[in-house]
Formats: sequence, structure tokens, C-alpha cells
Amino acid sequence: MYKTRVAHLSYDFRNLRNLMAKATPARSGDYLAGVAAVNNLERVAAQFVLADMPLKQFLNEAVVPYERDEVTRLIIDEHDQVAFAPISHLTVGDFRNWLLSEQATPETLSAVSQGLTPEMVAAVSKIMRIQDLILVAKKCRVITRFRNTIGLEKRFSTRLQPNHPTDDPAGVAASLLDGLLYGCGDAVIGINPATDNLEATLRLLHMLNDVIERYQIPTQACVLAHVTTTLKAIEQGAPVDLVFQSIAGTQKANDSFGISLSLLKEAHLAALDLNRGPLGNNCMYFETGQGSALSANAHEGLDQQTCEARAYAVARKFSPLLVNTVVGFIGPEYLYDGKQIIRAGLEDHFCGKLLSLPMGCDVCYTNHAEADQDDMDMLLTQFAIAGGTFVMGVPGADDVMLNYQSTSFHDALYVRQLMGLRPAPEFEQWLQQHEIFNAVNQLQQRSDVPELFKSSLQKLPILRLCSR
Amino acid sequence: MSDLTDPNDLELSHDPWLSMKQFTPARIALGKAGMSLPTQACLDFQLAHALARDAVKSPLDFSALTRHLNQQGMAAITLQTQVEHHRAYLQRPDLGRLLSESALQTLTQLESRPFDAVVVVADGLSSKAIERHAILFLTLLLPELSHRGYAVPPMCLVRHGRVAIGDALAEHFSARLCMVLIGERPGLSSPDSMGIYFTYQARSGKTTDADRNCISNIHQHGLSYAQALKKLLYLIDEAERLQFSGVNLKDETSDAHPASQLERANFLLD
Repeated sequence: MYKTRVAHLSYDFRNLRNLMAKATPARSGDYLAGVAAVNNLERVAAQFVLADMPLKQFLNEAVVPYERDEVTRLIIDEHDQVAFAPISHLTVGDFRNWLLSEQATPETLSAVSQGLTPEMVAAVSKIMRIQDLILVAKKCRVITRFRNTIGLEKRFSTRLQPNHPTDDPAGVAASLLDGLLYGCGDAVIGINPATDNLEATLRLLHMLNDVIERYQIPTQACVLAHVTTTLKAIEQGAPVDLVFQSIAGTQKANDSFGISLSLLKEAHLAALDLNRGPLGNNCMYFETGQGSALSANAHEGLDQQTCEARAYAVARKFSPLLVNTVVGFIGPEYLYDGKQIIRAGLEDHFCGKLLSLPMGCDVCYTNHAEADQDDMDMLLTQFAIAGGTFVMGVPGADDVMLNYQSTSFHDALYVRQLMGLRPAPEFEQWLQQHEIFNAVNQLQQRSDVPELFKSSLQKLPILRLCSR
Repeated sequence: MSDLTDPNDLELSHDPWLSMKQFTPARIALGKAGMSLPTQACLDFQLAHALARDAVKSPLDFSALTRHLNQQGMAAITLQTQVEHHRAYLQRPDLGRLLSESALQTLTQLESRPFDAVVVVADGLSSKAIERHAILFLTLLLPELSHRGYAVPPMCLVRHGRVAIGDALAEHFSARLCMVLIGERPGLSSPDSMGIYFTYQARSGKTTDADRNCISNIHQHGLSYAQALKKLLYLIDEAERLQFSGVNLKDETSDAHPASQLERANFLLD
């Protein structure tokens, strides 16, 4: 029992799981799950108790029982006591102070990372304001490599997402080329297939591979099919750069996704075996998002942000090239409005970065959420200031297959322009070589398409330009 | 000397790859103002978002719907879930699956002899979808149901309903077949999309989403009423034969042919 008295009222919190849930900032998904604080005072009381909690307690009290959850076992079994030693005497409140201090340099943060558990990181985030989340995340360095280098300082990458409602090859190609011509796609060219079957996946994998080879683009491809589909594709000799999978923070939720740690391991080994990355072997791409465990009725009494951080333990086991929190996709029953989406995106980035993950963010919303483009601009800007690794690039911010709004090619250019952020160096060189970007990484003004793509486009029938 | 604010001088930012627009409904070749979105594209987006938002927010006019149904000779009752307002509807999907006290009372006054099929119409996330498509679709569906000799209770119109509200209604009327017409989450390009969820032997608390079949994307630029009806009747007949619905009942009426797409040209690689 964890007790406190604030404003003449006594509070008892049953256990660490309950305390974490009560301390978490207000979020519709936690009300839906029935785990949230009943009022503001109870939330702050829980935050006071949480701040006094020794970090060591998180190693003694599992929030989901060790015996029946392989994610808990992964977290506990792989905890690095040596890395933890320098901060092992701290409480959660001290830990926040330490993170903000000059002692927490990029080097020390990287050194303690393996000593941190997702629950420690989630706990400290709950008593941090947005400016704290930004300032600390900005100090973390996470660099990954496959066909280019992601996460270097003053760099900002984009996933080109050329989805099409029926996976039509020319339709995908049109969005893909539009994105490349706007300088987008260094994190990955990643397609969500409209139908998750082997044939569609194979067709898209071959197409992306052929485009990357033909035009010598220093980036990697991914078709976001279920891991079992990708494994079958690998068996059939398909050119797989990155293996994709959605992951969650409890074994039960992962079960509902049809995955387990051993299945992910099998897929990871299969992708490593292909050895397709000339610069490095980070060959996994994971997606996560607050609320996914609850939507599978598998949250185990946890708040959604703690659940989310636990998914990062799963991700970190497999040294991914990219991890993407798809923050606003899930809908208002989990993240109600722009305010909740913005904070969730920054929490996820902070937690992921402290755990040494290459965190990107799908800055996004659905039409039934209380959010709009202004909210997305705020999250996008704050995410970039926090040193975010990558965002999505969707034509005109409108994904015509998944029916939600994400960030556009123009949005990425806005951030680059505003903050002087450059693409991955290998990709930057390609953009400049083909005169898509000029020497200072602005779009080259042009009245014609770059030479590289001229012959492909010349074959197309000309459409008359209409003004509206 | 040219005026620096002459709009004609600013208009130099069209993308010379407009011809690709023929391949996709995606918002490509939008052009640029500096490196940002030009005014026209910016306002086009705001327009689409406004239509989608209004479709979610504007309440469905249940009395008009009932009147129109009655004019077509269809009996209907209006029921409320435990959700009391729109904000709660968005945040509490669980309450949108439960009938209110008054709804339960309304139902007890109705005949509850075993029926074959129950038809439910719920506002869901797009009142526009129901306003535009529900009646037109029902005038095609109901003759098919009576042609099969099915006993059908009055149509249940549900305010603030989620898909699973059909389970409680199928249970109340002891109906084998349950179909729920519902307004789908609006996309930017489809603010009025209707979905139909079909369940065999739906029972509240027991039926899960894996037991349902969904026919999605019914709107002017999506699935036609005739296509949707064909799929639904196929599901009904197959479920009657197999005595189940859901993931193991595959819709084999699909008109899409993956093999034909393999042959499709890709201008980037030809």
C-alpha cells in the first residue's frame, strides 16, 4: 500500500500498477478502462507518492505478473544491473531532477539506458511537463543504419507512405514519385497493403525493390504486412529489407496481434540472414500506439502509457531501424483531443529515446477526434524540437487507404526549413545529385522534372492543368 | 518594374508531374508556396475536413427517418443506448453497446415471438451516411427478406449506437440473423460512408467481432447498393447453410481480381 495525505485528504494506492494509472495525465482510454484517477486531486496525490518511489521498487514489484507475461520476463531478465548502478539510489522524483541536470549528458544517458526499465521511464514521464519531455529527449542520441544512416544530429527523416486503396501499382508509383520529388523517403518507403495476403505483399516488395535499384535510391523498403506474411515472403525469396510488425506491451495484447517474442526472433533472424543492409543490420520496423492493448482487452489493469512503454522493451530486444508511435490513429476513445494526442506523442518519444530506440511519430488524427491541422502542427513542431527521428510523409496529409490524416511532404519541408534539419546524409547526397534539393537542402525550383525521372513521366498522357 | 506583390509573379509553383494524378485519388502534385502548401490546396483540405467533421457531429434526424420509412411501408421504432450525448458516445464505446432503460421498456411492449431476422439502423459516426443511404438500401433489402419468407420485427433505429447493439436486439427478438446498418468513421474523401455488419446467432456478451462479417464503404464513390446487397444476401444464405458467420465465413463474391492487377503497368518500371 502506498499512502499519502494531500490537502487534508488521505490516499491509499493498492499497488504500483494502480499508483501508475492514477498518476498518469488525464486520458480518455484510461477512463474507458476504469483505471484513471477520479479527480485532479487524486491524480496529484498519486504523483506525489510516485515521485517518492525508489527506482529499485520497479525491479521488485512487477506491474504484470512475471509468471504469466513474457514481456515482464523480458524486462526483468534482461535488466542490466551494472548500467543501473549509477542511478540505483534515486527515487522517481530524483530521477527527474537528474535527467534535467547537466550530469545527464548524451553519453551518460546512453550508458544508463540498459539499466532502465519501461516502467521507470513511464513513471518519470508522468511527473514531467512537456518542456521536460522535450529537453531530456533532445539529449538522447540513437543512431541506426541499413542502406543509410538514421538519427544523426541536425538530421530529420521521413517515411514515404504511398498507400493506395487497391494497391494499384501505378497508383502506388504516383504517390511514391510525388514523395521523392518532395525530398521524402529516407527513413523508409513503407506501404500499408490494402489486403494482408502473400500475393499482394510479394508484388509490392518486388516493386519497391525494383524502384530502389533502378533509381539507386539510398533508402530501404518495407511492406507493412503481418510478420507471418513477411516470413512467408522471405521463404519465397522475396527482397525484404525491413520486417514490420505492430507490437504491444503485454503478452496478452501481443497474442491478440498473433505474435510472440519467439516469432519476432524468428523473423529477425530471417531478415538478418538476408544481409541486405550495406551500412548496418538494423532490419526491423515496429509500430506501437497508446491504447492498443486496451482495444484488444489486454491491458492487464495498466494505464495505456505504461503499456506503451512496455512495448518498447519488446522493440529494443530486436535492434530496430525504426520505431513509430502511431499516436492519433486509434481514435478519441483512447486519445480524445489534440491536447491528449500531443502529450502522448511527446511521452512516447521521450520514453522510447531513453530506452535507446530510434523513435519516429505518426503525427496523426482521425475525423472523429477533437483535433485538426493546427494540433498536428503543434505536435510536429514540438516533436522536431525534441529531436524526433522521423515522421510520415503522406501526399497532402490525407491517407486515401487508411482514412486518417498524417503529416505531408510539405509538413516535412516546413520543419526542415524552420530548423535547418537535413535528411540522412546518403539520401541527401542523392537528392542533391539529382537536383531535387539544392545545395542548401531547399527544393530546387524547376519547370521540368529531374532528368532521372523524365523518361518515365514523358510516356504518360498529359493532363490539362485546371485551376480548381 | 514589376510589383513584388503581383499575384501572377507568385504563381510559379505548379508541379510538372500533374499527369500522375490519373493513377490515384491521393493528393499529389499540389504545388508549393515557398516550400509550403499553396492556398488552394490548403483550403481544399479544410473543406474536406469540415465535411467530415460535420458528418460526425450533426445528429441524425430520427423522426424524419421514421416518417420516410413509414411512407415506404416500413415499420420502425426508435431506441436509445446508455449514451446520453455525443461526447460520451465518442469516449465510451461500451455504453453505446447497451440499451437504455426506456429502450428496454419499449421493447417489452412489442411482440417477442421468435423472428428470423432483425434489421438495425444506427447513427454511428456519420449521420450523413444513414440519411443518404439507409432508406434506399432498405427498399432493396426488405423485399429480399420477405421473398425468403423471413419474419422481421419493426426496424430498430438506434441513437448513439455501436455495432454490438445489434446483439441485444437479436437476442430480444430471438432472431437468427442480425444486420446493422451504421454510419462509418468518415474519411476526408468519404464523409457519408455506410457499413453493414452481419451476424448469425448474435447474443450480447457472447458474440465477438470475430463472429461478424462487415460490408464496408457503401457510398457514391464506393460500393454500390446493388453490390452491397449481393454481398449481404450471399452472407445470409451461406450463414444459413453453415450455421455460423464471421472470419470463417469468407465472402467469395469479390469482384476484385488480384491476377488482373499483376498485369497493370507501372510507369516507374516499364
